[in-house]
Amino acid sequence: MSKYYLNYLDELESEAIYILREVWAQFENPVILFSGGKDSILVTHLAKKAFYPSKIPFALMHVDTGHNFPETIQFRNDLVKKLDVKLIVGSVQKSIDQGRVAEERGKNATRNSLQITTLLDAIEENKIDCAIGGGRRDEEKARAKERFFSHRDDFGQWDPKNQRPELWNILNGKHFEGEHFRAFPISNWTEMDVWNYIKRENISIPSLYFAHEREVVFRSNSWIPVSDYLNLEESEQIEKKKIRFRTLGDITITGGIESQADNLDKIVQEVSAMRKTERGDRSDDKRSETAMEDRKKQGYF
Amino acid sequence: MEINNNQLLRFTTAGSVDDGKSTLIGRLLYDSKSIFEDQLDSVSKTSAKKGHNGVDLALFTDGLKDEREQGITIDVAYRYFTTPKRKFIIADTPGHIQYTRNMVTGASTANAAVILIDARHGVIEQTKRHSFIASLLNIPHLIVCINKMDLVDYSEEIYNSIITQFEEFSSKLITKDVCFIPISALLGDNVVNYSKNMDWYHEGTLLSVLENLHISSDINKIDARFPVQTVLRPQSEEYRDYRGYAGRIASGIYRVGDEVAVLPSGFQSKIKSINTGEHEIQEAYAPMSVSITLEDDIDVSRGNMIVRKNNQPEMEQEFDVMLCWLANEAAKSRAKYTIVHTSHEERAIIKDVVYKMDINTFERDSEDSNLSMNDIARVKIRTTRRMMLDAYRDNRNTGSIILIDESTNETVAAGMVV
Ligand SMILES: Nc1nc2c(ncn2[C@@H]2O[C@H](COP(=O)(O)OP(=O)(O)OP(=O)(O)O)[C@@H](O)[C@H]2O)c(=O)[nH]1
Ligand SMILES: [Mg+2]
Repeated sequence: MSKYYLNYLDELESEAIYILREVWAQFENPVILFSGGKDSILVTHLAKKAFYPSKIPFALMHVDTGHNFPETIQFRNDLVKKLDVKLIVGSVQKSIDQGRVAEERGKNATRNSLQITTLLDAIEENKIDCAIGGGRRDEEKARAKERFFSHRDDFGQWDPKNQRPELWNILNGKHFEGEHFRAFPISNWTEMDVWNYIKRENISIPSLYFAHEREVVFRSNSWIPVSDYLNLEESEQIEKKKIRFRTLGDITITGGIESQADNLDKIVQEVSAMRKTERGDRSDDKRSETAMEDRKKQGYF
Repeated sequence: MEINNNQLLRFTTAGSVDDGKSTLIGRLLYDSKSIFEDQLDSVSKTSAKKGHNGVDLALFTDGLKDEREQGITIDVAYRYFTTPKRKFIIADTPGHIQYTRNMVTGASTANAAVILIDARHGVIEQTKRHSFIASLLNIPHLIVCINKMDLVDYSEEIYNSIITQFEEFSSKLITKDVCFIPISALLGDNVVNYSKNMDWYHEGTLLSVLENLHISSDINKIDARFPVQTVLRPQSEEYRDYRGYAGRIASGIYRVGDEVAVLPSGFQSKIKSINTGEHEIQEAYAPMSVSITLEDDIDVSRGNMIVRKNNQPEMEQEFDVMLCWLANEAAKSRAKYTIVHTSHEERAIIKDVVYKMDINTFERDSEDSNLSMNDIARVKIRTTRRMMLDAYRDNRNTGSIILIDESTNETVAAGMVV
């Protein structure tokens, strides 16, 4: 191969860094939406590179459903300390207590869509004009349609039928007061790219991503971890399985997979042989065909 | 999968509404085994619900509710797949004229365009429009797929006559690397697998053409251009005097020790260091994101450009661009727009419409000076201060501009410096 040709991981890295720097240059008060999952950890890692030797100039913002894997919170706190950045927490529990939203009922109740209100409230309260997300276009069919710089009106809504053209690498982040943007620096990364890069850069991630003996129940075709927030059905049984998680979300809806992959090499290998998408195990997307699009229009991540 | 070849090819689809672009991408993904089980499941279910017999391949990219309801593509969908030869980023764009701006969005970063033509209809106005736009965007490779061959009995004559039609107008295009493939996106002929129905066709399948395009010369390695995005000024003691100019190299190669000029001021200095993250490197090239420090303390800020001392872009306040008007509202004469070129922003007016292109005849109309949606015209732009420009044909990154309407903040036009 010719000498001055960037390999694809380097090209994706370079694109993401470019976008992060544009966010910094074009907005007054941007934050990184940090869920504790691998994609937001990756974005944070890329931000560190983009601004080195300065520290990351963004606060991390966590929309906390209150239904967390305890380890995720520990990981988040450690990272915030190490990077010396500000942490903003938007609490779904607080939104419930304040009567902004009502808890869902029934067996499949989750706080997933309640996050929208908390997120938008936190954006407004903290006067955030750009929220950087770890969304990737390969995750889901509505996400496949998203621009790098994605405009939100003053109700925080996305209008997928009327997106701004985004030409070449010129990003237009201009907006009126009250509106904001979402920026997606790793839009073009696939799950495989993310893992290859995590391995290459040796980025530390929560051990939930590695296979481990865990207590789980089988529900809607995947292994849901046992937690205080899980309402067990009569017919459901707690089992011990060697499980790892492909994505980390709300603990009540994040399904794990049976796996032997307990290190990054094995994960890369496993992912490359995978026949299901990573969100295939998330019940929040399974609710309806357009579940993601509907939530995104309202202001979801 | 072990990827031996680490090259990335970005390509876009183009062509009129219903010519089969999304179906083709679905077929390409399906036959190259890039579809996951749960995606196939959900698409099969939706297809059945819609009364489709079999799988509606277009649903792999048409992901929005309205797209599925109407059976058309509205906005670009990005899809990814890998073969042992290459990695691909696909932009599947809409054919409908109303959504041309989304087609331009998808095509603006592509290295190749796959243009579809319905074998029953041949070359129509929208084929020409999209081909013209693809060529104007200087996409180096055009792959013309004559689709729905199954509906014309896989006729070689029809295939050849459409090639003739296409060549009649494509001789006027800038892009010279054009090839043709007869396919059926629906049934899979010549997409990933060779067709058993067209033994008269002996060249490559679409996938093999995509895998073998020569793309290493698509980036300009000669003219060094580094638009500064932001200045890094760490607060820590250790880096008190550090000033790193952060940006993505638009073209060319930079080495430590290079004599450079900072534009527009023209001040000169030498490159002291180049960094990617914490790694110090000796040499960097497009499209790397780096930070550069200079030997001398000179004033450099966002919107400036660091270039090689002996190879500089034109500095102009008045210049011609080929403009695609993207907004629903027509251009307002003598109105002020924000012009964005790399990281540099100024205010601009469209001083004059030199001519408008007639997409059907490729004739130039110098009488009509109205610019409305989807018009393509050569215009004269005047800016408040000098811009640092290259011709678009030499440099996609430093030869492209957008116009933003200050009253709506919308991107209303895309321009290519002539
Ligand atoms: N018989 C036949 N039908 C095809 C073929 N390719 C596509 N079609 C059909 O043509 C129709 C339009 O296909 P799409 O893939 O949605 O067309 P498109 O070019 O993506 O349309 P837009 O995105 O809206 O511009 C669908 O009903 C397809 O099933 C083909 O090779 N043969
Ligand atoms: Mg389509």
